[in-house]
Amino acid sequence: MAAMMQSAMPTSEPGYSFSQAPQSVAGGPRQHGFYPYTDNGGTTLGITGSDFAVLAGDTRSTSGYNINSRYAPKLFKIGGTGSANEGARIVLSVVGFAADGNALKERLDTVVKMYKFQHNKEMSVHACAQRLSHILYNKRFFPYYVHAILGGLDENGVGALYSYDPVGSYERETCRSAGAASSLITPFLDNQVNLKNQYDPTSGSGLEKVTKAPQPLSRQTVEELVTDSFTSAAERQIEVGDGLQMFIITKDGIEEKYMELKKD
Amino acid sequence: MDALVAQHSRSQHAAEGYSEDEMQQQMSADLAQPLSLQFALPPTASPSQWLRAMTDDHSNPQCPIKIAHGTTTLAFRHKGGIVVATDSRATAGDWIASQTVKKVIEINSCLLGTMAGGAADCQYWLAYLGMQCRLHELRHKRRISVAAASKILANLVYSYKGMGLSMGTMCAGVTPSEGPALYYIDSDGTRLAGNLFCVGSGQTFAYGVLDAEYHYDMEDAEALELGKRSILAATHRDAFSGGYINLYHVKEDGWVKHGFMDTNPIFWETKLKKGEFSNVTSKMDE
Repeated sequence: MAAMMQSAMPTSEPGYSFSQAPQSVAGGPRQHGFYPYTDNGGTTLGITGSDFAVLAGDTRSTSGYNINSRYAPKLFKIGGTGSANEGARIVLSVVGFAADGNALKERLDTVVKMYKFQHNKEMSVHACAQRLSHILYNKRFFPYYVHAILGGLDENGVGALYSYDPVGSYERETCRSAGAASSLITPFLDNQVNLKNQYDPTSGSGLEKVTKAPQPLSRQTVEELVTDSFTSAAERQIEVGDGLQMFIITKDGIEEKYMELKKD
Repeated sequence: MDALVAQHSRSQHAAEGYSEDEMQQQMSADLAQPLSLQFALPPTASPSQWLRAMTDDHSNPQCPIKIAHGTTTLAFRHKGGIVVATDSRATAGDWIASQTVKKVIEINSCLLGTMAGGAADCQYWLAYLGMQCRLHELRHKRRISVAAASKILANLVYSYKGMGLSMGTMCAGVTPSEGPALYYIDSDGTRLAGNLFCVGSGQTFAYGVLDAEYHYDMEDAEALELGKRSILAATHRDAFSGGYINLYHVKEDGWVKHGFMDTNPIFWETKLKKGEFSNVTSKMDE
């Protein structure tokens, strides 16, 4: 019984394996369950700088070992006008179950648009971030199966990035990766962005050692880190590949970049 | 004429306080409070059982939704106020989801809450508590007592008992009526007043250090150092605790933050300068 429950539930592992093939005798007793989630794979990544924020995600959509789409974006503009969200300044990325991700995007987008109509001003990322937390927590007992990252510019024009767990706990960070390849990308980010475990070579030894302080990165450096993260992840993660979509948020608006990833 | 005057004038204080309508509205809002926070529920006979199958990584390590867990938090009363200290690690299964979690939640300028268990549960409900405390202030023109604040939270989580909330939190504050006050509240509905609490997967290690050295008459600096040292001990022995030490001191005129400090240099300083942690035989540069 426990094995049956596990076989139907999405895990970090690929969705199908021979060891999990149905083993109950046909016609015998069956247990039915409620499994409303599918893991659609993929990975997202966000890094901020002193006057910009970059959000990126691959565009592959998987279900188990099947690739169902090579272009299913995980990045969404929030706010702005019309269905194309022109003039938006906030980007939401969602990885996990795409249907939940879409539902979440629609809700947040509606909230941000209604805010503008009611208050005649744009919603700040800070406010939007808190609202997103509450939207996620509203489904605390029937969670959205998503790992969300929200990006934009704060009141001072500095890049802002907020990351969420499925039920809405959130934190502002300088960089964050989520999804299937987050365990591959995060250590790379720790090393390249936060300069973890690196010391100034001119400082002494033992307790005299001085850790390198992370500096705000240039936009070009960040874009290079993002592409390197995704090309590397596509080499080693079967759920990552096909395309890389990147949104760069600056005071002039959102610039979109797309590049191909390996299609195998 | 008198009728006209009566119609267009009223006594000076008539408009003060709540009208009948407003009061009725408020009553029904208060009564319906747990219901007015309408959470979506899964369409199953037993929502909590379903939620556990999907999110509880203790009973089912394969569960699809991993909620951030794992913590050491502590708070203790001493003559100069209350010391509150936490680690900063969040784990999802055996993956370290974050090393920079803010587990001390600033409810308002005089009240602190701590986060252990579900991160979202603590963040959401302590923010909600902050709102209720502010409303109490506006309604009664004085600050809420820590006893009352902690009881709002305890009653709230009790109303959700069995639904799957997971939180172990401490409320620390100083008010003129109570002095320094410390309460422990958890999602089972427990609410305890006390001098000293440690909560989370690393609580036993923190208790070990804290119980050995604690006395009420400590000076501020000594108390803050003990809080820091207790968390350090827990990060050393508990795999689910680590990252940074978050240190706060609550005093009569509000709380003061005493830093968000990396554990690694503190560990080596404690070992090399004070000769503690002699169980670790390696040298720093090796």
